[in-house]
Amino acid sequence: MHPARKQRLYFVLFIVIFSTVAIGLMAYALRANLSLFYGPAQVVSGQVPFDTRIRAGGCVVPGTVARDPDSLQVGFLITDGVANLQVYYTGILPDLFGEGEAAVVNGMVREDDGAFYASEVLAKHDEQYMPPEVAEAMKAYDGGEKSCEDMNYGT
Amino acid sequence: MNWQWFHRLGSPRWFFEKTDRWLPWLTAVTLILLLVGTVWGLLFAPPDYQQGNSYRIIYIHVPAAFLALAGYYVMAISGAIGIIWKMKLPYMMMAAAAPIGAALTFVSLVTGAIWGKPTWGTWWEWDARITSMLILFFLYIGIMALQNAFRNQDSADKACAILALVGTVNIPIIYKSVDWWNTLHQPATLKLTSAPTIHATMLYPLLTMVVAFYCLYALALFRYTRVEILRRERRTRWVADLALGIRPGDRPRTQKQDTEASE
Repeated sequence: MHPARKQRLYFVLFIVIFSTVAIGLMAYALRANLSLFYGPAQVVSGQVPFDTRIRAGGCVVPGTVARDPDSLQVGFLITDGVANLQVYYTGILPDLFGEGEAAVVNGMVREDDGAFYASEVLAKHDEQYMPPEVAEAMKAYDGGEKSCEDMNYGT
Repeated sequence: MNWQWFHRLGSPRWFFEKTDRWLPWLTAVTLILLLVGTVWGLLFAPPDYQQGNSYRIIYIHVPAAFLALAGYYVMAISGAIGIIWKMKLPYMMMAAAAPIGAALTFVSLVTGAIWGKPTWGTWWEWDARITSMLILFFLYIGIMALQNAFRNQDSADKACAILALVGTVNIPIIYKSVDWWNTLHQPATLKLTSAPTIHATMLYPLLTMVVAFYCLYALALFRYTRVEILRRERRTRWVADLALGIRPGDRPRTQKQDTEASE
């Protein structure tokens, strides 16, 4: 390769490596702020401020979704496999909200009871796609019990 | 090592004449693949067990997002070749790749929002994947703006190439954002290292659409590059000949023609 071209090649490599290192260090320094939500373990262990708007996310523990018969209030537990967080919400849940599925909740942790009072619940879809017949067949195979065990909550 | 073959590839005229022959074939293949993929994905693939029919937006969203990322590398590598070898054609390709990439990024952002509303319950969330994709869109727009901000074409090309190279850091961030941070966006369904988590009956139309979008990208890139070649080479003899319909074999002019012209 011609020396002048080699020099320009080094210039190109320098730009790419330098910008990668710069942005990489920035992302590393901001890593806590780049996540959309806290995991239940972080909330329960007191790493989040009380009475401040935050987001939490995790898998909705099967069998814990309790709906109030007279209102739109609903309570459920979310987990990341380490700790469980009690969430209360009043409103309409998204269609894909379900037990054994991940959800992201937006709201505040109250200091008195340590529960999460959500003003918004979003369903976090997983990366599985299959036809209904296949889902039925798999249900017949594993008994159809939803669990949070093999779930990837993004933590 | 002998680099002569490489420099021959960098001739805009060579590219223009070669693609002239490739374009009809490429157009045909692209249209067939798009048609097969769309009909297969929208009409014959089964609905999803949770999302029903709304998941079908995957057949546009995923290929558009793939090409928005891959297209950025096309643009940045063209820019790097332009800087290192000071060739004209890669710079023209870089300029042509920006609007195509911007359009694809826009399509993936919009389809994602439309899918997000019934699935997540929101149009938009500032999570790492969506935000880094928005930054990609701004990078493409920035390169288009920078291309027009200089009076001198060489300065514009060099500035765009440097911006494109700096922006490459964003591509692995977009790709890995769903694994590195907590995001609302789900992790990748099609993975390089393990089996896809989508059923085969839904996977094959998706792969058809991905290949169709690669062809569509190549088609759009060639066509935009050809326009860019004509625009930048408009003062050359061969473009003038092309515009006047004079075939390459007709030159040099014979004495007879000259006498006819003067009469």
